[in-house]
Amino acid sequence: MASEHFLLGVMFAAYPIGALSALGIRGMAGRGLVAGCALVGALAGLVLGAVCLGAGLAPTFTAAFLPLTGIALRIDGLSAFFLLVIGVVGAAVAVYGFGYSAAYEGRYGLRLLGAMLNVLLLSLSVQVMADNALTFLIAWEAMSLSAYLMVLTEHDQPGTLRAAHWYIAVTHAGFAALVAMFLLLSAGELTASFAAMRSASLTPAVRDAAFVLALFGFGAKAGIVPLHVWLPMAHPVAPSHVSALMSGVVIKMGVYGFLRVTIDLLAGGPAWWGGLVLGLGTVSALLGVLYALMEHDLKRLLAFHSVENIGIIFIGIGAGLMFQSYGLTTLATLGVVGALYHTINHACFKGLLFLCAGSVLHATGTRNMEEMGGLIKRMPRTAFFFLVGACAISALPPLNGFASEWLVFQALLGGSAIPQPEVAVIMPIAVAMLALTSGLAAACFVKAFGITFLAIPRSPEAEHAHDAPLSMQVGMVSLVLMCTGLGLAPSAVVRVLGTALSGLERFRSAEVGFTLGLPLRVPGAVGEMSPPLLALGLVLLVGLVPLGLWLAGADRRLRLGDTWGCGRIGQTARMEYTATAFAEPLRRVFAELYRPSKDLSIDFHPASKYFVQSIEYRSEIHPLFERVLYDPLLHVLGTLASWVRRLQGGSVHLYLMYMTLALLVLLTVARAWR
Amino acid sequence: MIGYVLEAAQAVLALLLAPGLVGLIRWMKARLQNRRGAPVSQPYWELRKLFQKEVVVSNNASWLFRATPFIVFASAVAVTFLVPILAVPLPFDGVGDLLVVVYLLLLGTFFLSLAGLDPGSPFGGMGASREMTVAALAEPTVALAIFALALSAGSTNLGQIVARTMTNPGAALSPGHLLAFGALFIVTLAETGRLPIDNPATHLELTMIHEAMVLEYSGRYLALIEWAAAVKLLIFFSLLGNLFVPWGVSMALTPATLAVAVASLDKLRRRHMIGMRIDPVRRK
Repeated sequence: MASEHFLLGVMFAAYPIGALSALGIRGMAGRGLVAGCALVGALAGLVLGAVCLGAGLAPTFTAAFLPLTGIALRIDGLSAFFLLVIGVVGAAVAVYGFGYSAAYEGRYGLRLLGAMLNVLLLSLSVQVMADNALTFLIAWEAMSLSAYLMVLTEHDQPGTLRAAHWYIAVTHAGFAALVAMFLLLSAGELTASFAAMRSASLTPAVRDAAFVLALFGFGAKAGIVPLHVWLPMAHPVAPSHVSALMSGVVIKMGVYGFLRVTIDLLAGGPAWWGGLVLGLGTVSALLGVLYALMEHDLKRLLAFHSVENIGIIFIGIGAGLMFQSYGLTTLATLGVVGALYHTINHACFKGLLFLCAGSVLHATGTRNMEEMGGLIKRMPRTAFFFLVGACAISALPPLNGFASEWLVFQALLGGSAIPQPEVAVIMPIAVAMLALTSGLAAACFVKAFGITFLAIPRSPEAEHAHDAPLSMQVGMVSLVLMCTGLGLAPSAVVRVLGTALSGLERFRSAEVGFTLGLPLRVPGAVGEMSPPLLALGLVLLVGLVPLGLWLAGADRRLRLGDTWGCGRIGQTARMEYTATAFAEPLRRVFAELYRPSKDLSIDFHPASKYFVQSIEYRSEIHPLFERVLYDPLLHVLGTLASWVRRLQGGSVHLYLMYMTLALLVLLTVARAWR
Repeated sequence: MIGYVLEAAQAVLALLLAPGLVGLIRWMKARLQNRRGAPVSQPYWELRKLFQKEVVVSNNASWLFRATPFIVFASAVAVTFLVPILAVPLPFDGVGDLLVVVYLLLLGTFFLSLAGLDPGSPFGGMGASREMTVAALAEPTVALAIFALALSAGSTNLGQIVARTMTNPGAALSPGHLLAFGALFIVTLAETGRLPIDNPATHLELTMIHEAMVLEYSGRYLALIEWAAAVKLLIFFSLLGNLFVPWGVSMALTPATLAVAVASLDKLRRRHMIGMRIDPVRRK
């Protein structure tokens, strides 16, 4: 118990010190202090989470913090697990940020950036430990606002302000839903503890309303379709280490909150809850990856992949909720464990990929993939780290993305245990869509890695790129190790996740069903696999084949030559395949969704039409939800706003009349209510 | 112990037979087109020739280009340990199920596509782009086939599926099984670069997928990639055969049943060859 209090104290000391020193101290010392404090805080949180999980069954630790303010903290298994997620990514981001923010020195407000980084990490940690609605909501708002301020760092760049506006609008719409939800759950008493909410008896209608509000509020933060629009705008314009933190951790708070409310406070619900979540998750996963494929801005591409992966996480949660409603506890555990596993996996590989994208941006000054190329020779380390992240996110064995997607697959395959015909239709469709998603993700990352890092540089900036400084590399390496470790030891991870879930009412025996050991066998022996043995086999084979070739006396000569160009000599970057061209076949296949518009203008030679002087080709896609949902919505809002504006006459007497009228109406309503 | 010996034997057998299968298909195709065709052993000679030739690598290519042939070959060989060709249950059955098999093959495709982009040749880019498109679109088909199989067998592990079909022969004719067979058949065509999805024998790289992607490869690297492609073909054939008509696969690890397994493999091969020999060949 003492060590938990100590670690909590370290965390609560380190972050504020980091935030304050950022405001006071400039230059390298300031950056060092910011990074150091954030690192200490994140590591303390990481160890705290590990200690709480290691102590066995949660709940292990409560702290009635500052009794008069209504702040209450408590760590159970779920909180401890999310503390791990925050700690792992937070530590990597802190170290990386030290090197990365050096480029901002003198250009942008580093003081605010450093302070807000610490505030964000603190509010994230408080949020997952919150034990009443008030604490949760305060931390939630602190998280949203500090992230908002960091998104605004490069405020003079085009698109930043618009992105920040979208972000804050969507996030506050979600916040309003969350306040309403907590008011419903706690019967108007926001300082009531979560334990009181658990035991409150609510009518089914109130429970349904709370569920829908939670789905909206947390979904807006997590970025599930159709509330994802802010994500591909806000994540790219933020400084890259902040993007990593936002994509890796901040959107996971939507997952945390949703799990906390649905499977803990509400303790599951009717089958349609799970069905709705499963459906939204499937749509998010597929649309996320489809829009990512069309994206040539490296960071926007990664942001769309966050929508995809959040979708996969929600597929797991949805399947879990559905199984739970049918009383299939083991399968429900499988779904939720798969979702949680994917949560930490996505935090690691998406954090890694954003950090790598940041190094590329740092080196080339552009986010446009069409201007990159050949970086594998100029920044070999970053290229290798990105490759690991790309393999992980494409769910290639034996890295971590595969392990969690495999679990989600297995959960869905178990859907045949439910006799309902609707479920028998939904589950196979979800399986097929999940498979399509992961196939498309692989295609997208071949594009992202191939166009960015391989072949010939497409611009002078890419030609003269350099590898990232040491601190940034350290940040990336730590996440590479996490991706590998989480992939190679699924049995250990699943055991930890079982502990994390076992504190919840419906998941007391979460570990039951998994056969742990070198191979991981899911409940009911539906499937079995062993990433460590697979990895061993692959490594052995990759090593043995050259040996075999050498023993067999194969030719060992190697000559360098030009790339074959049909007899043409001297290859230039203009002859290379582009990212647009790479995605063209899929753009055609899914043309109905993308509705690409094409604009082709050809300049002919004045003398003859047969001599073309220049060709200009422009093609754009129009995202579905902007078209059918947000454009009309904004139009209606604008009309309403201009209508409301007529009330503003500028006369004090008029306003006084409004107030009197409002008071009269309220009094009448209150009277009638009685 | 005999299990591990069998695993090794199965992998070696797959490696040795795979080029022959490619040769057989080419020979059959030639016969159907009224050509005489190269002997079935032709791919072996091609591999031998390639292994003895010098490698030419593009100036633009990076280490990834040189590592890829080994990764592709290793992933294909790793799969031969997981797929039941001779007998079930094999000791490595628990190392990977059908999903692992699919994703291991995707690992090879992923790296091969990257290697296609690496030299900066437009052919490679074209091939890589198309290959990944086909691979991505084949994924849901394969997943649904797995779903159907897992539904009836109660497991995604290959050994389990084969064993279940053998003990319950009626399952092989159930609609789900037949549709899954159809789906996996189409995936086989797509994944192994066959008509109508890809044609390994047109006269322009522009119109090919796999061949365009590996255009820059030569010598031993090309040999490894071609060999891996042949192994992949064999894997898909044995998946089709053993998952849906598993009779002939040994279930108990005894020499007698194994002999039957090997013999049935051999008989299958010979029957095809004899069947084709009757075909009239027009001589000019």
